[in-house]
Amino acid sequence: MTATHEATPAAAGAGKAMPSISARRRRSMVGNAWRGFLKAPFSAKFGMVVIAVYVFAAIFAPWIAPYGEAEVIGAGYQPWSFQFLMGTDQLGRDLFSRLIFGARNTVGVAFLTTLLSFALGGCLGLIAAIAKGWTDQILSRAVDALMAIPVLIFALLLLSIFGTSVINMVLVLAVLDSTRVFRLSRAVAQNVVVMDYVEFARLRGERLPWIMRREILPNIMAPMVAEFGLRFCFVFLTISALSFLGLGLQPPTADWGSMVYENKMLITVGRLTPLLPAGAIALLTVGVNFVVDWFLHKTSGLRE
Amino acid sequence: MNDNAKTSGSGASGSGGARTKGDVLLEIRGLKIEGESDEVWRPIVKGVDLSLKRGEVLGLIGESGAGKSTIGLAAMGYARAGCRISAGGITFDGIDLLAADEEMRRKLRGSRIAYVAQSAAASFNPSHQLMTQTIETGLREGIRGKAEAEKDAIELYRRLRLPNPEEIGFRYPHQVSGGQLQRAMTAMAMTCRPDLIIFDEPTTALDVTTQVEVLAAIRDIVEQFHTAAIYITHDLAVVAQMADRIMVLRYGNTVEEAPTREMLSNPKQDYTKSLWSVRKLGKQEQAGGDPILEVKNVTAAYGNAVRVLNDVSVTVPRGRTVAVVGESGSGKSTLARVIRGLLPPIAGEILFNGKALPRALKDRNADTLRRIQMIYQMPDTALNPRQTVYEVIGRPLEFYLGLSGAKKEARITELMKLIEMDDSYVDRFPGELSGGQKQRICIARALAANPELIICDEVTSALDQIVQEEILKLLLRLQRELNVSYLFITHDIATVRAISDEIVVMFQGRVVQQGPKTEVLSPPHPPYTELLLSSVPDMDPDWLNKLLDRRKVQPTAMSAGDR
Repeated sequence: MTATHEATPAAAGAGKAMPSISARRRRSMVGNAWRGFLKAPFSAKFGMVVIAVYVFAAIFAPWIAPYGEAEVIGAGYQPWSFQFLMGTDQLGRDLFSRLIFGARNTVGVAFLTTLLSFALGGCLGLIAAIAKGWTDQILSRAVDALMAIPVLIFALLLLSIFGTSVINMVLVLAVLDSTRVFRLSRAVAQNVVVMDYVEFARLRGERLPWIMRREILPNIMAPMVAEFGLRFCFVFLTISALSFLGLGLQPPTADWGSMVYENKMLITVGRLTPLLPAGAIALLTVGVNFVVDWFLHKTSGLRE
Repeated sequence: MNDNAKTSGSGASGSGGARTKGDVLLEIRGLKIEGESDEVWRPIVKGVDLSLKRGEVLGLIGESGAGKSTIGLAAMGYARAGCRISAGGITFDGIDLLAADEEMRRKLRGSRIAYVAQSAAASFNPSHQLMTQTIETGLREGIRGKAEAEKDAIELYRRLRLPNPEEIGFRYPHQVSGGQLQRAMTAMAMTCRPDLIIFDEPTTALDVTTQVEVLAAIRDIVEQFHTAAIYITHDLAVVAQMADRIMVLRYGNTVEEAPTREMLSNPKQDYTKSLWSVRKLGKQEQAGGDPILEVKNVTAAYGNAVRVLNDVSVTVPRGRTVAVVGESGSGKSTLARVIRGLLPPIAGEILFNGKALPRALKDRNADTLRRIQMIYQMPDTALNPRQTVYEVIGRPLEFYLGLSGAKKEARITELMKLIEMDDSYVDRFPGELSGGQKQRICIARALAANPELIICDEVTSALDQIVQEEILKLLLRLQRELNVSYLFITHDIATVRAISDEIVVMFQGRVVQQGPKTEVLSPPHPPYTELLLSSVPDMDPDWLNKLLDRRKVQPTAMSAGDR
């Protein structure tokens, strides 16, 4: 797209016609996106709204939340009231506020981890697909070895070796999760690598990064974006699970996983409070899945 | 042989009733078909009438997008996903196909109306044996028992002149050649002795030498069983051999319809005449100058085991076109790979401008790479679908010549003019261009590097004839203006006549003959060149008969062509 912007002023002969073409194009892209949204099935719209609400809450948490993240504002285990919308937790912190801050912490960390795992796994997958031969063998077998061990157990092991900190958790989960990304990106890139235009780029003498970024990546974006949504859900659930087990985000940081853990005894007296953070986790997962489903269906080109 | 065939044919069909030649079998009236794109239904077929008698073969011709295949499928009461039949009537043997329910149509398809697709390789299930797939429909419809059906299939294989008819059915699709697969698919279509077969470009993907075999086999079997057929193709010479009547289509309308001989000798519409004149393009042969590329005694192999090239020597003179011809598997594409450095040769050397060219791609510098450019067979896979024309043409300018900004713009505009396209196309993605336009962009991309040699790998074989002619004319003009040399790989002799100065004939990894065009194309020929040249269809409707008569005398040449 940047190329077309440069093109506009310089093309002397068609100087008048060109801007209108690129402008029309840009407008129709926005229009297409909006029409695409309107045409989306109810489930996808629902998912998009849910994601938008979460992102909004995560970004504006300090302004929305009535109280501070770790602020003790009353007695423990207060029932729901107008002052404390969802009651207070075991230390007397406002649960509603913590739920909002939790969006920022849990979702933010999960997003960062997924991004990292895609950067790592995606790059290695593309390299394996392009280089073939020994490079591919070594990378693939290493990934196979890592994938042989269940993620949660492996993560627990590594975290107890390296110590529990947010950075360690992000790194460990990103590396473990990148194995799955590697498998996918390698598989889809292999279909693109055999195309004549990739051969042509190699014949032109292009270097590996250019071929990866310009020839292959744009053609595998659709499955990668869909996978990003799914992997995000898994990472998010794993983080919540680790936090529940006490190895994830550390107190007093508000986190949905540990919030379930901290308030779990309220279940025994018939209160629904511990289910709220669990529900928040479930809702986001369902929302993301709806959107990914729709996106995959749309890009696969299938007709009803 | 013919009498024998008739009895077994009517005996096997049983329920088919009397198969008398001459009754109307298929009647299509005012057919309109629409296709959906971007939420809008656009007409593809705009009111076509067609009627077909039993035992008659109707040829449908026209350029791509004319609606040939869509009409062919509609004759089975079928519309592709995203298409719908919006008006008209289709009556098959008294049954209104559009009014019939899906279950009824399903019963007809395969058993009474059969379809032979263009790419047999893509249409066979790779994990079932040919026999299983051949007799599947017959078993499903309960026409015959398994043992009987297999016996019949073997008989069909024999009639289609497949080698080893007893055993070939028990092979998997990847174990037989493309031509054999195409014939197996015809056998599959014949197995229920249908009343109507629709052939959708059944020989377009085949070599000329194989094409002759398949054409002869199809025609025999259609005659033997009095089967009516719709034969869809864009190759006039082929349709001249096959059809009793020809219908020319364009933009979803009938242009002209007439019996084959009348149509060939006396076309009435201008469009039909233009189709007829396409094959007349020819280039005055020019003698070679100093050599730009010399391939000397090159031997190459995949994995050190399978020798694909054996002691091959080819010379390309500067500013001239050397055509490399041969059927698939003759090693002509491998030769191109060796020259481009993708497959380093085991022995021999390649000289470019008198200097030895490094064997492997990674040892060549950017300037050498710039001088040798490539145009591919399939413009669809040769252009990155996510790059605009601007990026495609602009990149070599940037990469080799270091152009940017206004200079790059100016050069792109110039290149677009050179390939006779408007520069408003630079914002388009390949998916928004037609096949011919895409190939033009590929040419512009090669020219952007200011090359001295362009390797053209079957550049016109994926295009229909009118577009083919335009592309060839463009290449010829570019050669005159820019003095580039072409190494032109093709299996199409008409293309060779049109464009080359010199010809290299390859067979099984060896050069059989090479020399100036007139010398190679005039007799006496070595046996393989003879086979290749005689297999190119003429516009004469009697060509196939004459050829088969002549070949019966020399059966050895025939079997050589089958490999």
